[in-house]
Amino acid sequence: MAASAPAAPRTPYGRARLLALGRATKPIRDASGIARAMFWSGVAITFFFIVLAVFAPLISPYNFNQYKSGGIRFPQLGHPSAAHWMGTTVQSSDVMARVIYGAQTELKVVVIALAMSLTVGVPLGLISGYFGGILDRFLVLIMDALFAFPYLLIAIVIAFLLATSSIGGGILTAAIAITAAYVPLYFRVVRNHVISVREEPYVDAARALGARPRTVIRKYVFFNVVQNVPPIATLNAADAILLLASLGFLGYGIQPTQGAEWGYDVSRAVSDAASGIWWTGLFPGLAIVLLVTGLTLVGEGLNETINPVLRRRRFGRFEFEPVPGPTEEAE
Amino acid sequence: MTDPILQVKDLRVYYGTPGKPVRAVDGVSLEIGESEVVGLVGESGCGKSTLGRGILGLLPEGARADGEVLFGGRNLVTMSPKAVRNMRGPELGLIFQEPMTRLNPLLRISDHFTETLQQHEPKLTDAEMRRRSLETLGRMGIPPTRFRQYPHEFSGGMRQRIMIALALVLRPKLLVADEPTTSLDVIVEGQILALLADLKRNFGTALLLITHNLGIVAESCDRMAVMYAGRIAEEGNVREVFADPSHPYTRELLRSTISLDTTELHSIPGAPPNLIDPPPGCRFHPRCPNAMQVCNQLEPIEQRSDGRRVFCWLHGPSARMPAGGEAPLEREAIGVADEA
Amino acid sequence: MTGTSLRTYLITRLALVLPMVFILLTLVFLLLRVAPGNPIEAALGGHVPAAYVHQIERRLGFDKPLITQYGDYLWNILRGHLGTTITDNRPLSQIIEQNGAATLELTFFAMLIAIVVGVLVGLVAGRYRDTPLDVFGRLFGILVYATPVFFLGLMAQLVFGVWLNWLPTSDQASPLTQALLQTHTNIYFIDAIWDGNWGALWDVTKHLILPASTLGLVTAGVFIRLVRVNVIRTLRDDYIEAARARGIVERRVVYAHAFKNALVPVITIVGLNLATLLGGAVLTETTFNWPGIGHELVLYLENRDYVAVQGIIVVFALVVVAVSVLVDFINAYVDPRIRY
Repeated sequence: MAASAPAAPRTPYGRARLLALGRATKPIRDASGIARAMFWSGVAITFFFIVLAVFAPLISPYNFNQYKSGGIRFPQLGHPSAAHWMGTTVQSSDVMARVIYGAQTELKVVVIALAMSLTVGVPLGLISGYFGGILDRFLVLIMDALFAFPYLLIAIVIAFLLATSSIGGGILTAAIAITAAYVPLYFRVVRNHVISVREEPYVDAARALGARPRTVIRKYVFFNVVQNVPPIATLNAADAILLLASLGFLGYGIQPTQGAEWGYDVSRAVSDAASGIWWTGLFPGLAIVLLVTGLTLVGEGLNETINPVLRRRRFGRFEFEPVPGPTEEAE
Repeated sequence: MTDPILQVKDLRVYYGTPGKPVRAVDGVSLEIGESEVVGLVGESGCGKSTLGRGILGLLPEGARADGEVLFGGRNLVTMSPKAVRNMRGPELGLIFQEPMTRLNPLLRISDHFTETLQQHEPKLTDAEMRRRSLETLGRMGIPPTRFRQYPHEFSGGMRQRIMIALALVLRPKLLVADEPTTSLDVIVEGQILALLADLKRNFGTALLLITHNLGIVAESCDRMAVMYAGRIAEEGNVREVFADPSHPYTRELLRSTISLDTTELHSIPGAPPNLIDPPPGCRFHPRCPNAMQVCNQLEPIEQRSDGRRVFCWLHGPSARMPAGGEAPLEREAIGVADEA
Repeated sequence: MTGTSLRTYLITRLALVLPMVFILLTLVFLLLRVAPGNPIEAALGGHVPAAYVHQIERRLGFDKPLITQYGDYLWNILRGHLGTTITDNRPLSQIIEQNGAATLELTFFAMLIAIVVGVLVGLVAGRYRDTPLDVFGRLFGILVYATPVFFLGLMAQLVFGVWLNWLPTSDQASPLTQALLQTHTNIYFIDAIWDGNWGALWDVTKHLILPASTLGLVTAGVFIRLVRVNVIRTLRDDYIEAARARGIVERRVVYAHAFKNALVPVITIVGLNLATLLGGAVLTETTFNWPGIGHELVLYLENRDYVAVQGIIVVFALVVVAVSVLVDFINAYVDPRIRY
């Protein structure tokens, strides 16, 4: 055989990939119109905010902390106007700029927090669910106790503790606080799923054939369980945004110098309300509603397509063709 | 037979899909006489359950029916759903395969009976309803002391008896039983079958027994129909069909059953066909050991003789057979890979 | 096979709860002890003479080894001694009585609104799935869920308080009412009825409307989704099909079977959402200046009053556990299958 063979034929492998992609998205394509509409509108909204976050410096007319331009200070609590489409705050910051940069903050923190939650919660759930035993019972006891507790309170306490420690307030603190609140959720969901999968015949068969636990987990259990994670993670992301905004509202979010945060802005707007000033609170608040709605739509849409209980296939319309000729009687 | 109570004529039930419909029942005709016990046999997916449900009009979403189901002189296929619903209970009954999940876990057994009786015979007094319910339950072997218990307090076999009693309390003329004993163990199965076989004696109810188990058909039924891929292959008196099957499929089925005499396992090679695009001609021809040239060209025509109906070119009218049709059909060997 | 009695179930359930309580209390203890820095100094602001700081430390037992502190902590909780706050010398018991009652009032009415709105919309959405009613209901549910309670509260204050001037935007009652109302339960609503003071009742209600509706509406979002999914799931259950096979009218099938069975888990859902409600209560109380225990927590956190924070969190933990037991108990009462 030639030592330097030409490029290996890519077609079979490439086609296999395409087919796999087709298979994976089949549930979405087969789903009823409403689930798809929900899913795609959610994707559009989320994508919009991602664009805002990533390209904030290019999109926003001003910086989030900027209170003057060309030596002239911006109006304080100025009405929405041509120069400031969403008005200005009491500190002369442009509201729209803060909304746009706020997207950056929200997504940054939530992505970090989710990544940490998954990294901690999923493996713990996998191991605990698969191996059982004392470790499992111990973890379950702790996680169940935490799970029943309000997320906000867990996050507040952790944020409070971290803020007074060397880490200080900021993005990392907020992310850790949110992670602490959600790890029990991922642990629980993954563990329950692992337990139900563990008893499935094909896993049993693998074990009977002598597969090592690590292999069994990796090849069978993990992929089966991980399929459930996207809808949960998306809905969780939605909840995490709300949690972050709540932390910001109470003053436990990020420092004002680090970035704009929507919840914090709403809390500053409370005192403006008494004077009837509505734009400082309305726009950040609407941003929260919109982003969370977008994420929830994606999650619900995914749920609707993947969850077999909810899945609803499209039925085609058809007509009965006339039967060709009568059947004969016996001779 | 004397006037049949149910006449199914060219019934078709198709399920809608994003593409072409699934032809689950594709032109079935069947008759059931008064107090008769008819068995409907076939492999999984042959359409027998769909047929049973289709008779009662209990089709799932996306499914539609065409043809005639004549009961009491009226066509259930074209009747309004409301009218058909009114007949379910007092005229037609259906019992299902898994008794464990067919009773509302939050309601007592007595509530189930009261609900059914109030729906269809609202003029009855409470005492009357109670008496009728207890009587029917008693015939099924459920003592009155357990009347007010919850479903989870009963075993599978007992729940099936309760389901049968619920179906019979209104004395329907026809009871359709869709695999009633498949999920029960053999001993309980025997008891339930005995109950069902007694229906005509105790209640005068006709029974359509749907199953894949030839054994219970042999035990309990007067007549039997064999279904394959949405169509009837053969139909006739049970003893006669068992003794002398006309259709190759029936013959192969009987050979595949296991008894104490079995020395070697026999199976029919291949798998049931795709019901969206069924094979042309006779649907069994890809797997039939006796297939002829005509079998993949023309659909077989019904042949009747001595109370037996067959849909097979082996017995088909030679007048309708095209030239050269009787020559054996050349087919590729059915490999294991072709299954499903 | 008789069902286990409710009492046995309750006792077993309570026994199982003890580990959970234990763990929560331990976690609270560890977390707050682990906080770096001297909590007393932090609470008092650092301008306080060292002698005073040491005095408080001794009073709180900070000089003892950790294990002893832990033991004292548990023993105190058992006896109901949650201590006195550092910053303003209020006994925790007083905080629970007064502010806890205010939170109870708010969360009760909020939960009521959440259940009514959530269940109604969820039932309709599930029943009429994929129709415009369903889509509207779901969108409504998603939108109210996505709206942070403090934002909704702010907007409500703007619209109803400032622009329309219909309703008060803060506090539990006007100062006049507070002065006139006799303290019986500290729940102003009940106290007003107790006194027969209708003017006070009206005032209290006016103050309740905005905060309770805000919190209730936001919580309803979660209920809508859960109830809807449950209705859809229940409508697919086997006993629903069996009831239809007996000719039961669709309306009765939906109401008496599907809805009733679908709502059984609602009690669990309510219990599970209590945590969300409590979290939301903290935010609502802050937004509306409602004198509840959540608001106190936030204030004490700002002041770094470690004793107060610990005490309040312990109260939250105990409430959460108590409600979870209560929910299980109600569940066992409603669903006879659950009693071990």
